[in-house]
Amino acid sequence: MIAGISIYDILTLTSILFFIGVYGFFTRENLITVLMSVELILNASAVNFVLINTYLYPDLLQGAVFSIFIIALAAAETALAIAIIINLYKLIYSVEVKDTETMKY
Amino acid sequence: METIIFYILAAIIILFAVASVTSRKILRAVIYLLFVLIGIAGLYFLVDYNFLAAIQLTVYGGGIIVLFIFAVLLIHHVELELEKTALKKKLIAGALSAAGLAVTLWAISTYPFPVTDTYTSVEVADIGLLLLSYEDGGFILPFEVISVLLVAVMIGAIVIAKGKKLTENN
Repeated sequence: MIAGISIYDILTLTSILFFIGVYGFFTRENLITVLMSVELILNASAVNFVLINTYLYPDLLQGAVFSIFIIALAAAETALAIAIIINLYKLIYSVEVKDTETMKY
Repeated sequence: METIIFYILAAIIILFAVASVTSRKILRAVIYLLFVLIGIAGLYFLVDYNFLAAIQLTVYGGGIIVLFIFAVLLIHHVELELEKTALKKKLIAGALSAAGLAVTLWAISTYPFPVTDTYTSVEVADIGLLLLSYEDGGFILPFEVISVLLVAVMIGAIVIAKGKKLTENN
């Protein structure tokens, strides 16, 4: 644990980070920037897992393991989403959210 | 000392996160996201999870940011500015996020967390043993599932990114 910092400070920081990500997810109109907001949200939750583990159950490691799984899933999700975005750009020459209709079947 | 470092890291994380979701130059937004991720790696170092900090720096700072930069360079001009979001949309999104943040902060501040004062340092070997343990509470099955998932994602990304042009079919 961090000397002089309570768990409430850290949870406040990660909540602010999470909702900045939510704000970006609502306002951005480009698929790549929407994906970046999702990365912010995932990162905030991964930090929460690790820090709650450190503060409440210092002798266990489950939070760190879940955080590793979150990072692996985020990497997989980003790789796949960017592949889809590049393919979409080849199809319709745009990555704006409002132009994205081709994937509906 | 650690308190000061924590507040500096928190300021860096929040400032660059805001810059990352509001910047209209897309390549700059990616670089601001990189600073956020490095700040979070600093948080991991601060709580002594060196292995996670290293993963954060290599997978996020190394891999994902490079993927984003490649995607941006393949799709946009470097100097291209994004469209301005309508003020009404910004206000609604801001109000919704602020309301969610208020509810979350209220829930956090009223919940009595049973914080312990004991401290044990984390060894990389312990994490590795827990990931590969097949006894009660071991993580061998999710570990194997996630390796299969990563292979599937790799093949899927190659197949999807290769795709044919729609104009050739029409």
